[in-house]
Amino acid sequence: MQLQQMYQEIILDHYRNPHRQGLREPFHGESFQVNPTCGDEVTLRVALDGDTVTDVSYDAMGCSISQAATSVLTDLVVGRTVGDSMSTMDSFVEMIQGRGQVEPDEDALSDAVAFAGVAKYPARVKCALLGWMAFKDAVGRVGENGSDAEQPPVEAR
Amino acid sequence: MTVAPEAGRMLASTGAEPTGLDTEKIRADFAILSRTVREQRPLVYLDSGATSQRPRQVLDAERAFLEHHNAAVHRGAHQLAEEATDAYEAARSRIAELVGATSDDLVFTKNATEGINLVTYAMSNSATAGPEFARFTLGPGDEVVVTEMEHHANLVPWQELCRRTGATLRWYGVTDQGRLDLDSLRLSEATKLVAFTHQSNVMGTVPPVDELVRRAREVGALTLLDACQSVPHGPVNLPDLGVDFAVFSGHKMLGPSGIGVLYGRRELLEAMPPFLTGGSMIEMVRMEGSSYAPPPQRFEAGVPMTSQAVGLGVAVDYLNAVGMDRIAAHERSLTERALAGLAEVGGVHIIGPTDTEHRGGAVSFVVDGVHAHDAGQVLDSLGLAVRVGHHCAWPLHRRFGIAATVRASFALYNTESEVDALVAGVHESKRFFGVS
Ligand SMILES: Cc1ncc(COP(=O)(O)O)c(C=O)c1O
Repeated sequence: MQLQQMYQEIILDHYRNPHRQGLREPFHGESFQVNPTCGDEVTLRVALDGDTVTDVSYDAMGCSISQAATSVLTDLVVGRTVGDSMSTMDSFVEMIQGRGQVEPDEDALSDAVAFAGVAKYPARVKCALLGWMAFKDAVGRVGENGSDAEQPPVEAR
Repeated sequence: MTVAPEAGRMLASTGAEPTGLDTEKIRADFAILSRTVREQRPLVYLDSGATSQRPRQVLDAERAFLEHHNAAVHRGAHQLAEEATDAYEAARSRIAELVGATSDDLVFTKNATEGINLVTYAMSNSATAGPEFARFTLGPGDEVVVTEMEHHANLVPWQELCRRTGATLRWYGVTDQGRLDLDSLRLSEATKLVAFTHQSNVMGTVPPVDELVRRAREVGALTLLDACQSVPHGPVNLPDLGVDFAVFSGHKMLGPSGIGVLYGRRELLEAMPPFLTGGSMIEMVRMEGSSYAPPPQRFEAGVPMTSQAVGLGVAVDYLNAVGMDRIAAHERSLTERALAGLAEVGGVHIIGPTDTEHRGGAVSFVVDGVHAHDAGQVLDSLGLAVRVGHHCAWPLHRRFGIAATVRASFALYNTESEVDALVAGVHESKRFFGVS
């Protein structure tokens, strides 16, 4: 197993130049997640317009895998519906937890396919999932802890 | 981007190390050290702080015990029961001797974590066990003191004890150099117990035990020493240190997992109420109530781990045969080499003391521009097993404003060329991530 298979160029690019970094307002749900094994942290906010994800902003402290995964996440979900985002997340989780045995859904995952190599390193799976767990949680908190109280909770729609 | 093939390929040196230990001979006893990992890289095991490897002698002893003498100890009168009990108790006395104690002062536990929990639960049980246990009872207004450099095992059980009893947890801070800050806290009559590590599992720091014990005694507080990282790496005499309790784990000292030790001053063990109750720890049982055996049996409820105790006894023999003084000198020299080597790599910051004065062989560091996880991954690809993360000392990492470090930790079987492989690997991790 080559190191390069895990650290694909796409991952290193996102790590060096993360997309949509920083915390922004307005947002409608926020989540703070830590990886208890390594102490890495992310605070992530989602902003919605109706059912559409209009922004994901975040402040993260973590390794290249967790930083890049969060950056790629924002590319995959911004401009899409919450429902579509969640099914993308399901594909990502399936690939990442598949121990390298799961054929990734390239259409759904695009750049995130680069994380397929991470699936072979069980100790790094949580790194790749940290941002996604925060995204899912933040969506669940819409209407509860946002800067803009107008937005109703996702499940109320 | 490719990994330089030569980095990490250095084999263990042949024969004796400059420090005088014949590591080649020692390594021949540890089969695992000659395996390869990842892509045919010789394993460089630098994670003995987490768990050490076990020599053939320990594995053989466990097997021999199970094949010839296995029985439930301290129960039954048949020949096997006799032999098993003798083997178990002989192991206890050899382990006790290693730390300057006698058999009656030593309770077998699952690991160090359980030993600490045993003390904390005995202390909370004392509240309802009767007036004679008052000296172990905590309540609002009382204080327990720990340090900011503790492993979670010597922190969380005290947090929980304080939560259950209403006592307050306080702690000694840590200086920027990774030393215990003795000025950061003043004990008082309210201090009932002081728990501290004998050697930080992150920084290698050895705090001034004598001074900590002196201060605790001055206010009549009990002391508990976490000796997990000291007992495997050099001579330790617990009665001489004057601590009331101490704990250590078998798996960190060439022994099996599932066996650990709680040392207690006899007078305290005799006075302390039990934690776990049931078979083997009783003196007399009636339907209305029971009385309890003297220590150590009082604290060993149920059929204990037996082959593990026997294995740990043999691990102690192995350490003694090499010599604890020589092991300490060898590891000190490896630590010196690692500190010097890493200091030469730009952008590497050691967390903790940068000299080997009052310091053991755990070396943790961060690399500018390369997260610990990523550095660890590069090292792993080169065959080096190091630990990354907070090493169960999250508050200490927070104290230094970092989430994770890379930790190399040494044992008697490590060599200078392995230290050099570590330094080369750190260079390589910088190269791989384009940090110069
Ligand atoms: C300093 C220190 N204390 C306590 C422990 C806990 O040991 P165990 O997990 O064997 O109970 C460890 C090891 O993880 C340690 O390094």
